[in-house]
Amino acid sequence: MNREKRIWGILFVLAGCFLLYRAMLTRDGMGKVYLKPAAAAVADAPPSYVRARPDDPQAALSLPRTLGIWFAAFLTLSIFSFLYKDNPFYRFAEAVMVGVSAAYLMVAGFWDGIVPKLLGRLAPAQMSWASPSLENQSPDWWGLVPLVMSAMLLARLLPRGGWIARWPLAFIVGTYAGIRLISFLDADFVSQIRNTIVPLVVMNQAGQLDLWGSVRNVLMIVGVLSSLAYFYFSLDHKGAYGVVARVGVWYLMITFGASFAFTVMGRIALFASRLEFLFDDWLWLIDPLGKRSDLL
Amino acid sequence: MKSTIPWLIAAVAGSVVIAAYFIPAAQSWQDAIGQWFEVLAAVAFILGGANLCLQNLQKISARQAGWGYAAVTLVSFVVTLGVGLLKIGVPVEDPQHPWAGSYQAEGSAEWWLFEYAYNPLVATMFALLAFYVASAAFRAFRLKNAEATLLLLTAFVVLLGRTYAGTVLTAQVPDEYSAFSIPGLTTIIMGVFNTAGQRAIMIGIALGVAATSLKVLLGINRSYLGSGDG
Repeated sequence: MNREKRIWGILFVLAGCFLLYRAMLTRDGMGKVYLKPAAAAVADAPPSYVRARPDDPQAALSLPRTLGIWFAAFLTLSIFSFLYKDNPFYRFAEAVMVGVSAAYLMVAGFWDGIVPKLLGRLAPAQMSWASPSLENQSPDWWGLVPLVMSAMLLARLLPRGGWIARWPLAFIVGTYAGIRLISFLDADFVSQIRNTIVPLVVMNQAGQLDLWGSVRNVLMIVGVLSSLAYFYFSLDHKGAYGVVARVGVWYLMITFGASFAFTVMGRIALFASRLEFLFDDWLWLIDPLGKRSDLL
Repeated sequence: MKSTIPWLIAAVAGSVVIAAYFIPAAQSWQDAIGQWFEVLAAVAFILGGANLCLQNLQKISARQAGWGYAAVTLVSFVVTLGVGLLKIGVPVEDPQHPWAGSYQAEGSAEWWLFEYAYNPLVATMFALLAFYVASAAFRAFRLKNAEATLLLLTAFVVLLGRTYAGTVLTAQVPDEYSAFSIPGLTTIIMGVFNTAGQRAIMIGIALGVAATSLKVLLGINRSYLGSGDG
Protein backbone atom coordinates (compact mmCIF):
# COMPACT_ATOMS: atom_id res chain seq x y z
CA MET A 1 0.00 0.00 0.00
CA ASN A 2 1.56 3.31 -1.05
CA ARG A 3 1.52 6.48 1.03
CA GLU A 4 -1.34 8.14 -0.88
CA LYS A 5 -3.63 5.14 -0.42
CA ARG A 6 -2.74 4.96 3.26
CA ILE A 7 -3.66 8.64 3.77
CA TRP A 8 -6.96 8.19 1.93
CA GLY A 9 -7.67 5.05 3.92
CA ILE A 10 -7.11 6.90 7.20
CA LEU A 11 -9.35 9.77 6.04
CA PHE A 12 -12.15 7.36 5.11
CA VAL A 13 -11.88 5.56 8.46
CA LEU A 14 -11.98 8.89 10.33
CA ALA A 15 -15.02 10.00 8.31
CA GLY A 16 -16.73 6.67 9.02
CA CYS A 17 -16.00 7.02 12.75
CA PHE A 18 -17.44 10.54 12.71
CA LEU A 19 -20.61 9.31 10.98
CA LEU A 20 -20.98 6.47 13.47
CA TYR A 21 -20.46 8.89 16.35
CA ARG A 22 -23.05 11.34 14.96
CA ALA A 23 -25.56 8.61 14.19
CA MET A 24 -25.21 6.45 17.30
CA LEU A 25 -23.70 8.36 20.18
CA THR A 26 -25.24 11.84 20.01
CA ARG A 27 -28.67 12.48 21.51
CA ASP A 28 -30.55 13.11 18.27
CA GLY A 29 -28.32 11.49 15.67
CA MET A 30 -28.43 12.69 12.08
CA GLY A 31 -30.02 12.10 8.69
CA LYS A 32 -33.47 11.29 10.01
CA VAL A 33 -36.81 12.50 8.66
CA TYR A 34 -39.77 12.94 10.98
CA LEU A 35 -43.37 13.28 9.82
CA LYS A 36 -46.65 14.15 11.46
CA PRO A 37 -50.23 13.89 10.18
CA ALA A 38 -51.33 16.96 8.20
CA ALA A 39 -54.65 18.62 8.83
CA ALA A 40 -57.07 17.27 6.21
CA ALA A 41 -58.30 20.00 3.83
CA VAL A 42 -61.33 17.93 2.78
CA ALA A 43 -63.35 15.47 4.84
CA ASP A 44 -62.74 11.78 3.91
CA ALA A 45 -59.44 12.76 2.27
CA PRO A 46 -56.70 10.09 2.49
CA PRO A 47 -54.22 10.69 5.34
CA SER A 48 -51.29 12.90 4.40
CA TYR A 49 -48.14 13.81 6.30
CA VAL A 50 -45.87 16.83 6.60
CA ARG A 51 -42.27 17.25 7.80
CA ALA A 52 -42.06 17.66 11.56
CA ARG A 53 -39.39 18.78 14.00
CA PRO A 54 -37.83 15.85 15.86
CA ASP A 55 -39.03 17.22 19.22
CA ASP A 56 -42.67 17.52 18.04
CA PRO A 57 -44.82 15.19 20.23
CA GLN A 58 -46.75 14.07 17.12
CA ALA A 59 -43.60 13.37 15.10
CA ALA A 60 -42.80 9.82 14.01
CA LEU A 61 -39.66 8.62 12.26
CA SER A 62 -40.22 8.01 8.53
CA LEU A 63 -38.06 5.06 7.58
CA PRO A 64 -38.46 5.39 3.76
CA ARG A 65 -37.54 9.08 3.79
CA THR A 66 -34.68 8.53 6.24
CA LEU A 67 -33.29 5.82 3.97
CA GLY A 68 -33.83 8.23 1.07
CA ILE A 69 -31.67 10.91 2.75
CA TRP A 70 -28.86 8.39 3.29
CA PHE A 71 -29.16 7.04 -0.26
CA ALA A 72 -29.12 10.59 -1.70
CA ALA A 73 -26.08 11.46 0.45
CA PHE A 74 -24.30 8.32 -0.79
CA LEU A 75 -25.07 9.19 -4.43
CA THR A 76 -24.00 12.83 -3.93
CA LEU A 77 -20.66 11.82 -2.39
CA SER A 78 -20.19 9.16 -5.09
CA ILE A 79 -20.54 11.78 -7.83
CA PHE A 80 -18.24 14.21 -6.02
CA SER A 81 -15.64 11.45 -5.68
CA PHE A 82 -14.96 11.93 -9.41
CA LEU A 83 -13.10 15.12 -8.46
CA TYR A 84 -10.38 12.85 -7.09
CA LYS A 85 -10.42 10.42 -10.00
CA ASP A 86 -12.65 7.95 -11.84
CA ASN A 87 -13.66 5.23 -9.38
CA PRO A 88 -16.26 2.45 -8.90
CA PHE A 89 -18.51 4.64 -6.69
CA TYR A 90 -18.78 7.28 -9.40
CA ARG A 91 -19.38 4.65 -12.09
CA PHE A 92 -22.11 3.10 -9.92
CA ALA A 93 -23.85 6.47 -9.40
CA GLU A 94 -23.55 7.22 -13.11
CA ALA A 95 -25.15 3.87 -14.00
CA VAL A 96 -28.01 4.52 -11.54
CA MET A 97 -28.54 7.96 -13.08
CA VAL A 98 -28.81 6.59 -16.63
CA GLY A 99 -31.26 3.87 -15.61
CA VAL A 100 -33.45 6.03 -13.38
CA SER A 101 -33.65 9.00 -15.77
CA ALA A 102 -34.47 6.86 -18.82
CA ALA A 103 -37.19 4.97 -16.95
CA TYR A 104 -38.58 8.15 -15.36
CA LEU A 105 -38.99 9.79 -18.78
CA MET A 106 -40.64 6.61 -20.06
CA VAL A 107 -43.08 6.54 -17.14
CA ALA A 108 -43.88 10.24 -17.67
CA GLY A 109 -44.38 9.61 -21.40
CA PHE A 110 -46.74 6.72 -20.65
CA TRP A 111 -48.95 8.37 -17.99
CA ASP A 112 -48.88 11.93 -19.40
CA GLY A 113 -48.79 11.14 -23.12
CA ILE A 114 -49.87 7.67 -24.19
CA VAL A 115 -52.70 7.15 -21.68
CA PRO A 116 -54.59 10.47 -22.04
CA LYS A 117 -53.68 11.39 -25.63
CA LEU A 118 -53.74 8.00 -27.36
CA LEU A 119 -55.55 5.30 -25.38
CA GLY A 120 -57.90 7.81 -23.74
CA ARG A 121 -58.98 9.18 -27.13
CA LEU A 122 -59.52 5.78 -28.72
CA ALA A 123 -61.25 4.06 -25.81
CA PRO A 124 -62.24 6.68 -23.22
CA ALA A 125 -64.75 4.48 -21.37
CA GLN A 126 -62.24 1.66 -21.04
CA MET A 127 -59.49 4.02 -19.86
CA SER A 128 -61.56 5.83 -17.22
CA TRP A 129 -59.90 3.67 -14.54
CA ALA A 130 -56.77 5.77 -15.07
CA SER A 131 -58.45 9.12 -15.71
CA PRO A 132 -62.04 9.60 -14.42
CA SER A 133 -62.51 12.68 -16.65
CA LEU A 134 -62.61 10.35 -19.70
CA GLU A 135 -65.75 8.56 -18.46
CA ASN A 136 -68.35 10.48 -20.48
CA GLN A 137 -66.32 11.11 -23.61
CA SER A 138 -66.87 9.43 -26.96
CA PRO A 139 -64.06 7.82 -28.97
CA ASP A 140 -62.07 10.01 -31.35
CA TRP A 141 -61.06 7.82 -34.29
CA TRP A 142 -58.42 10.29 -35.46
CA GLY A 143 -56.45 8.76 -32.61
CA LEU A 144 -55.84 5.80 -34.94
CA VAL A 145 -53.32 7.91 -36.88
CA PRO A 146 -50.82 8.28 -34.00
CA LEU A 147 -51.51 4.63 -33.04
CA VAL A 148 -50.46 3.41 -36.49
CA MET A 149 -47.48 5.78 -36.55
CA SER A 150 -46.44 4.60 -33.07
CA ALA A 151 -46.50 0.97 -34.25
CA MET A 152 -44.44 1.97 -37.29
CA LEU A 153 -41.95 3.79 -35.07
CA LEU A 154 -41.51 0.69 -32.90
CA ALA A 155 -40.71 -1.27 -36.08
CA ARG A 156 -37.23 0.21 -35.70
CA LEU A 157 -36.62 -2.50 -33.10
CA LEU A 158 -37.23 -5.24 -35.69
CA PRO A 159 -34.20 -6.85 -37.32
CA ARG A 160 -35.67 -6.18 -40.80
CA GLY A 161 -38.09 -3.56 -42.06
CA GLY A 162 -36.68 -0.80 -39.89
CA TRP A 163 -37.26 1.58 -42.81
CA ILE A 164 -40.96 1.61 -41.86
CA ALA A 165 -39.98 3.79 -38.90
CA ARG A 166 -38.90 6.50 -41.36
CA TRP A 167 -42.50 7.62 -41.90
CA PRO A 168 -43.29 8.55 -38.29
CA LEU A 169 -39.74 9.85 -37.93
CA ALA A 170 -40.35 12.13 -40.92
CA PHE A 171 -43.59 13.28 -39.28
CA ILE A 172 -41.71 14.14 -36.06
CA VAL A 173 -38.94 15.98 -37.94
CA GLY A 174 -41.39 17.85 -40.22
CA THR A 175 -43.66 18.93 -37.36
CA TYR A 176 -40.70 20.01 -35.25
CA ALA A 177 -39.21 21.94 -38.19
CA GLY A 178 -42.54 23.76 -38.70
CA ILE A 179 -42.92 24.61 -35.01
CA ARG A 180 -39.33 25.83 -34.74
CA LEU A 181 -39.46 27.84 -37.96
CA ILE A 182 -42.43 29.86 -36.77
CA SER A 183 -41.42 30.20 -33.13
CA PHE A 184 -37.84 31.30 -33.87
CA LEU A 185 -38.87 33.76 -36.57
CA ASP A 186 -41.58 35.21 -34.37
CA ALA A 187 -39.91 35.28 -30.95
CA ASP A 188 -36.23 35.62 -31.81
CA PHE A 189 -36.00 37.22 -35.24
CA VAL A 190 -38.89 39.68 -35.58
CA SER A 191 -39.21 40.64 -31.91
CA GLN A 192 -35.46 41.16 -31.46
CA ILE A 193 -35.33 43.43 -34.52
CA ARG A 194 -38.44 45.24 -33.32
CA ASN A 195 -36.83 45.83 -29.90
CA THR A 196 -33.69 47.17 -31.55
CA ILE A 197 -35.54 49.84 -33.54
CA VAL A 198 -35.35 52.59 -30.91
CA PRO A 199 -34.74 56.36 -31.15
CA LEU A 200 -31.09 57.39 -31.24
CA VAL A 201 -31.87 60.70 -29.54
CA VAL A 202 -34.00 60.20 -26.45
CA MET A 203 -35.94 63.11 -24.95
CA ASN A 204 -37.31 63.01 -21.41
CA GLN A 205 -40.82 64.03 -20.35
CA ALA A 206 -39.73 67.66 -19.88
CA GLY A 207 -38.61 67.76 -23.53
CA GLN A 208 -34.90 67.82 -22.65
CA LEU A 209 -32.21 65.55 -24.00
CA ASP A 210 -31.82 62.32 -22.02
CA LEU A 211 -28.09 61.87 -22.54
CA TRP A 212 -27.68 58.46 -20.89
CA GLY A 213 -30.80 57.11 -22.63
CA SER A 214 -29.44 58.30 -26.00
CA VAL A 215 -25.95 56.87 -25.39
CA ARG A 216 -27.49 53.60 -24.26
CA ASN A 217 -29.62 53.27 -27.41
CA VAL A 218 -26.72 54.22 -29.70
CA LEU A 219 -24.44 51.66 -28.01
CA MET A 220 -27.19 49.05 -28.31
CA ILE A 221 -27.80 49.59 -32.04
CA VAL A 222 -24.08 49.79 -32.80
CA GLY A 223 -23.59 46.55 -30.86
CA VAL A 224 -26.35 44.62 -32.64
CA LEU A 225 -25.31 45.82 -36.13
CA SER A 226 -21.58 45.30 -35.61
CA SER A 227 -22.11 41.83 -34.08
CA LEU A 228 -24.31 40.88 -37.04
CA ALA A 229 -21.61 42.24 -39.35
CA TYR A 230 -19.13 39.84 -37.73
CA PHE A 231 -21.48 36.90 -38.45
CA TYR A 232 -21.72 37.85 -42.15
CA PHE A 233 -18.93 35.96 -43.85
CA SER A 234 -19.81 36.66 -47.49
CA LEU A 235 -17.76 39.87 -47.27
CA ASP A 236 -14.07 39.89 -46.36
CA HIS A 237 -13.53 41.38 -42.92
CA LYS A 238 -11.17 44.04 -44.30
CA GLY A 239 -11.06 47.85 -44.37
CA ALA A 240 -13.98 49.75 -42.87
CA TYR A 241 -16.12 46.60 -42.77
CA GLY A 242 -13.32 44.82 -40.89
CA VAL A 243 -13.31 47.61 -38.28
CA VAL A 244 -17.08 47.24 -37.81
CA ALA A 245 -16.73 43.45 -37.50
CA ARG A 246 -13.94 43.95 -34.95
CA VAL A 247 -16.22 46.14 -32.83
CA GLY A 248 -18.76 43.30 -33.11
CA VAL A 249 -16.15 40.86 -31.77
CA TRP A 250 -15.65 43.07 -28.71
CA TYR A 251 -19.37 43.12 -28.05
CA LEU A 252 -19.52 39.35 -28.44
CA MET A 253 -16.56 38.89 -26.07
CA ILE A 254 -18.38 40.96 -23.42
CA THR A 255 -21.50 38.83 -24.02
CA PHE A 256 -19.54 35.59 -23.65
CA GLY A 257 -17.87 36.92 -20.50
CA ALA A 258 -21.25 37.73 -18.95
CA SER A 259 -22.66 34.32 -20.01
CA PHE A 260 -19.60 32.61 -18.56
CA ALA A 261 -20.04 34.46 -15.27
CA PHE A 262 -23.70 33.44 -15.09
CA THR A 263 -22.86 29.81 -15.88
CA VAL A 264 -20.22 29.72 -13.15
CA MET A 265 -22.62 31.35 -10.66
CA GLY A 266 -25.36 28.85 -11.54
CA ARG A 267 -23.03 25.89 -11.05
CA ILE A 268 -21.64 27.29 -7.79
CA ALA A 269 -25.22 27.79 -6.55
CA LEU A 270 -25.96 24.13 -7.37
CA PHE A 271 -22.77 23.07 -5.61
CA ALA A 272 -23.74 25.13 -2.56
CA SER A 273 -27.21 23.53 -2.54
CA ARG A 274 -25.62 20.06 -2.56
CA LEU A 275 -23.33 21.03 0.34
CA GLU A 276 -26.36 22.42 2.17
CA PHE A 277 -28.12 19.09 1.67
CA LEU A 278 -25.13 17.19 3.04
CA PHE A 279 -24.53 19.45 6.05
CA ASP A 280 -28.17 20.26 6.83
CA ASP A 281 -30.43 17.35 5.83
CA TRP A 282 -27.90 14.57 6.27
CA LEU A 283 -25.27 15.49 8.87
CA TRP A 284 -27.42 17.95 10.85
CA LEU A 285 -24.37 20.17 11.33
CA ILE A 286 -26.09 23.35 10.16
CA ASP A 287 -29.70 24.48 10.30
CA PRO A 288 -30.22 27.58 8.12
CA LEU A 289 -34.02 27.17 8.04
CA GLY A 290 -34.42 26.47 11.77
CA LYS A 291 -35.77 22.96 11.24
CA ARG A 292 -34.27 21.71 14.52
CA SER A 293 -32.23 24.67 15.84
CA ASP A 294 -32.63 23.78 19.52
CA LEU A 295 -31.16 20.33 18.90
CA LEU A 296 -27.83 21.56 17.54
CA MET B 1 -39.79 5.92 -52.91
CA LYS B 2 -38.30 5.18 -49.48
CA SER B 3 -37.23 8.79 -49.14
CA THR B 4 -39.94 10.54 -51.21
CA ILE B 5 -42.93 9.47 -49.07
CA PRO B 6 -41.19 10.38 -45.76
CA TRP B 7 -40.24 13.76 -47.25
CA LEU B 8 -43.87 14.34 -48.31
CA ILE B 9 -45.04 13.46 -44.79
CA ALA B 10 -42.51 15.87 -43.27
CA ALA B 11 -43.41 18.61 -45.75
CA VAL B 12 -47.18 18.29 -45.20
CA ALA B 13 -46.88 18.13 -41.39
CA GLY B 14 -44.53 21.12 -41.24
CA SER B 15 -46.57 23.13 -43.77
CA VAL B 16 -49.80 22.60 -41.79
CA VAL B 17 -48.10 23.88 -38.63
CA ILE B 18 -46.80 26.93 -40.50
CA ALA B 19 -50.14 27.54 -42.27
CA ALA B 20 -52.01 27.43 -38.95
CA TYR B 21 -49.99 30.44 -37.83
CA PHE B 22 -51.36 32.52 -40.71
CA ILE B 23 -54.81 30.90 -41.21
CA PRO B 24 -56.92 30.71 -38.02
CA ALA B 25 -59.21 28.11 -39.66
CA ALA B 26 -56.28 25.68 -39.77
CA GLN B 27 -55.68 25.98 -36.03
CA SER B 28 -57.58 22.74 -35.27
CA TRP B 29 -55.30 20.85 -37.68
CA GLN B 30 -52.28 22.21 -35.86
CA ASP B 31 -53.77 21.09 -32.53
CA ALA B 32 -54.36 17.58 -33.90
CA ILE B 33 -50.83 17.38 -35.32
CA GLY B 34 -49.47 18.69 -32.02
CA GLN B 35 -51.24 15.88 -30.13
CA TRP B 36 -49.97 13.23 -32.55
CA PHE B 37 -46.49 14.69 -32.13
CA GLU B 38 -46.73 14.40 -28.33
CA VAL B 39 -47.86 10.76 -28.59
CA LEU B 40 -44.99 9.93 -30.94
CA ALA B 41 -42.52 11.70 -28.65
CA ALA B 42 -43.78 9.50 -25.76
CA VAL B 43 -43.42 6.39 -27.94
CA ALA B 44 -39.90 7.53 -28.86
CA PHE B 45 -39.07 7.28 -25.13
CA ILE B 46 -40.25 3.65 -25.20
CA LEU B 47 -37.99 3.09 -28.20
CA GLY B 48 -35.11 4.70 -26.31
CA GLY B 49 -35.79 2.58 -23.22
CA ALA B 50 -35.92 -0.61 -25.29
CA ASN B 51 -32.63 0.32 -26.95
CA LEU B 52 -31.04 0.98 -23.57
CA CYS B 53 -32.16 -2.46 -22.34
CA LEU B 54 -30.88 -4.21 -25.48
CA GLN B 55 -27.49 -2.50 -25.34
CA ASN B 56 -27.01 -3.28 -21.66
CA LEU B 57 -28.23 -6.87 -22.00
CA GLN B 58 -25.75 -7.42 -24.83
CA LYS B 59 -22.98 -5.97 -22.68
CA ILE B 60 -23.89 -8.27 -19.78
CA SER B 61 -24.24 -11.41 -21.90
CA ALA B 62 -20.90 -10.75 -23.61
CA ARG B 63 -19.27 -10.06 -20.21
CA GLN B 64 -17.75 -6.91 -21.67
CA ALA B 65 -15.63 -4.61 -19.51
CA GLY B 66 -17.89 -2.81 -17.03
CA TRP B 67 -20.77 -5.27 -17.43
CA GLY B 68 -21.51 -4.89 -13.72
CA TYR B 69 -22.38 -1.23 -14.25
CA ALA B 70 -24.61 -2.26 -17.17
CA ALA B 71 -26.43 -4.53 -14.71
CA VAL B 72 -26.82 -1.61 -12.27
CA THR B 73 -28.27 0.52 -15.11
CA LEU B 74 -30.65 -2.26 -16.06
CA VAL B 75 -31.82 -2.88 -12.49
CA SER B 76 -32.33 0.88 -11.87
CA PHE B 77 -34.24 1.11 -15.14
CA VAL B 78 -36.50 -1.87 -14.46
CA VAL B 79 -37.22 -0.86 -10.86
CA THR B 80 -38.05 2.77 -11.76
CA LEU B 81 -40.16 1.68 -14.72
CA GLY B 82 -41.99 -0.98 -12.72
CA VAL B 83 -42.89 1.18 -9.74
CA GLY B 84 -43.87 4.06 -12.04
CA LEU B 85 -46.10 2.06 -14.36
CA LEU B 86 -47.74 0.16 -11.48
CA LYS B 87 -48.08 3.41 -9.46
CA ILE B 88 -46.73 1.68 -6.36
CA GLY B 89 -47.36 3.63 -3.17
CA VAL B 90 -49.59 6.25 -4.83
CA PRO B 91 -52.17 7.41 -2.25
CA VAL B 92 -55.71 6.42 -3.26
CA GLU B 93 -57.84 9.58 -3.22
CA ASP B 94 -60.91 8.13 -4.94
CA PRO B 95 -61.72 4.49 -3.99
CA GLN B 96 -63.83 4.20 -7.20
CA HIS B 97 -60.71 4.96 -9.27
CA PRO B 98 -57.70 3.61 -7.36
CA TRP B 99 -55.44 4.12 -10.39
CA ALA B 100 -56.35 7.76 -10.92
CA GLY B 101 -53.65 9.23 -8.62
CA SER B 102 -50.54 10.81 -10.07
CA TYR B 103 -47.51 8.53 -10.48
CA GLN B 104 -45.39 11.29 -8.87
CA ALA B 105 -47.65 11.89 -5.86
CA GLU B 106 -45.70 12.58 -2.66
CA GLY B 107 -45.05 9.35 -0.80
CA SER B 108 -45.19 7.11 -3.88
CA ALA B 109 -42.24 4.92 -4.87
CA GLU B 110 -41.68 6.89 -8.08
CA TRP B 111 -41.65 10.13 -6.05
CA TRP B 112 -39.07 8.57 -3.72
CA LEU B 113 -36.83 7.66 -6.66
CA PHE B 114 -37.21 11.14 -8.15
CA GLU B 115 -36.58 12.90 -4.84
CA TYR B 116 -33.75 10.77 -3.50
CA ALA B 117 -32.05 9.41 -6.63
CA TYR B 118 -32.82 11.40 -9.79
CA ASN B 119 -32.76 14.90 -8.25
CA PRO B 120 -29.53 14.52 -6.20
CA LEU B 121 -27.78 12.80 -9.10
CA VAL B 122 -28.67 15.43 -11.69
CA ALA B 123 -28.00 18.37 -9.34
CA THR B 124 -24.64 16.96 -8.22
CA MET B 125 -23.60 16.12 -11.78
CA PHE B 126 -24.23 19.73 -12.83
CA ALA B 127 -22.61 21.04 -9.64
CA LEU B 128 -19.52 19.04 -10.57
CA LEU B 129 -19.29 21.13 -13.73
CA ALA B 130 -18.47 24.19 -11.55
CA PHE B 131 -15.01 22.73 -11.00
CA TYR B 132 -14.46 21.80 -14.63
CA VAL B 133 -15.73 25.16 -15.92
CA ALA B 134 -13.34 26.94 -13.53
CA SER B 135 -10.43 24.71 -14.50
CA ALA B 136 -11.14 25.06 -18.24
CA ALA B 137 -11.51 28.84 -17.84
CA PHE B 138 -8.16 29.04 -16.06
CA ARG B 139 -6.50 27.36 -19.03
CA ALA B 140 -8.47 29.06 -21.81
CA PHE B 141 -8.93 32.64 -20.63
CA ARG B 142 -5.36 33.71 -20.06
CA LEU B 143 -4.65 37.31 -21.01
CA LYS B 144 -3.45 36.28 -24.46
CA ASN B 145 -4.93 39.17 -26.45
CA ALA B 146 -7.34 42.11 -26.15
CA GLU B 147 -10.45 39.98 -26.80
CA ALA B 148 -9.55 37.36 -24.16
CA THR B 149 -8.77 40.15 -21.69
CA LEU B 150 -12.15 41.76 -22.36
CA LEU B 151 -13.93 38.44 -21.81
CA LEU B 152 -12.05 37.77 -18.58
CA LEU B 153 -12.61 41.29 -17.20
CA THR B 154 -16.34 41.15 -18.03
CA ALA B 155 -16.71 37.79 -16.32
CA PHE B 156 -14.82 39.10 -13.28
CA VAL B 157 -16.92 42.27 -13.01
CA VAL B 158 -20.24 40.40 -13.48
CA LEU B 159 -19.25 37.73 -10.95
CA LEU B 160 -18.36 40.41 -8.39
CA GLY B 161 -21.30 42.64 -9.28
CA ARG B 162 -23.87 39.93 -8.72
CA THR B 163 -22.55 39.12 -5.25
CA TYR B 164 -22.31 41.02 -2.00
CA ALA B 165 -18.55 41.36 -2.47
CA GLY B 166 -19.05 43.79 -5.37
CA THR B 167 -21.27 46.05 -3.28
CA VAL B 168 -18.82 46.05 -0.36
CA LEU B 169 -15.74 46.69 -2.52
CA THR B 170 -17.18 49.84 -4.11
CA ALA B 171 -19.32 51.04 -1.20
CA GLN B 172 -17.27 54.26 -1.01
CA VAL B 173 -18.19 55.37 -4.55
CA PRO B 174 -20.46 58.48 -4.32
CA ASP B 175 -24.03 58.09 -5.54
CA GLU B 176 -23.56 60.42 -8.53
CA TYR B 177 -20.83 58.07 -9.81
CA SER B 178 -22.69 54.87 -8.91
CA ALA B 179 -22.55 53.81 -12.58
CA PHE B 180 -18.82 53.24 -12.01
CA SER B 181 -19.31 51.00 -8.98
CA ILE B 182 -19.08 47.26 -9.62
CA PRO B 183 -22.86 46.66 -9.37
CA GLY B 184 -23.40 49.74 -11.62
CA LEU B 185 -20.91 48.46 -14.20
CA THR B 186 -22.61 45.06 -14.07
CA THR B 187 -25.97 46.68 -14.79
CA ILE B 188 -24.52 48.54 -17.80
CA ILE B 189 -22.79 45.40 -19.10
CA MET B 190 -25.95 43.34 -18.76
CA GLY B 191 -28.36 46.00 -20.00
CA VAL B 192 -26.42 47.33 -22.97
CA PHE B 193 -23.46 45.27 -24.17
CA ASN B 194 -24.75 41.82 -23.21
CA THR B 195 -28.23 42.60 -24.58
CA ALA B 196 -26.78 43.80 -27.89
CA GLY B 197 -24.57 40.72 -28.25
CA GLN B 198 -27.37 38.33 -27.24
CA ARG B 199 -29.71 39.98 -29.74
CA ALA B 200 -27.25 39.50 -32.59
CA ILE B 201 -26.69 35.87 -31.57
CA MET B 202 -30.45 35.23 -31.32
CA ILE B 203 -31.09 36.80 -34.73
CA GLY B 204 -28.32 34.64 -36.18
CA ILE B 205 -29.69 31.48 -34.55
CA ALA B 206 -33.22 32.26 -35.75
CA LEU B 207 -31.99 32.67 -39.33
CA GLY B 208 -30.06 29.41 -39.04
CA VAL B 209 -33.04 27.51 -37.64
CA ALA B 210 -35.34 28.96 -40.31
CA ALA B 211 -32.91 27.97 -43.08
CA THR B 212 -32.46 24.44 -41.68
CA SER B 213 -36.23 23.98 -41.23
CA LEU B 214 -36.89 25.13 -44.80
CA LYS B 215 -34.23 22.72 -46.10
CA VAL B 216 -36.01 19.87 -44.27
CA LEU B 217 -39.49 20.88 -45.46
CA LEU B 218 -38.36 21.40 -49.07
CA GLY B 219 -36.56 18.06 -49.11
CA ILE B 220 -33.09 19.55 -49.64
CA ASN B 221 -31.89 18.01 -46.38
CA ARG B 222 -33.00 14.38 -45.92
CA SER B 223 -30.11 13.27 -43.72
CA TYR B 224 -32.53 12.46 -40.88
CA LEU B 225 -33.78 9.50 -42.96
CA GLY B 226 -30.39 7.81 -42.79
CA SER B 227 -28.51 6.36 -45.72
CA GLY B 228 -29.09 2.61 -45.44
CA ASP B 229 -32.11 0.58 -46.51
CA GLY B 230 -32.96 -0.07 -42.84
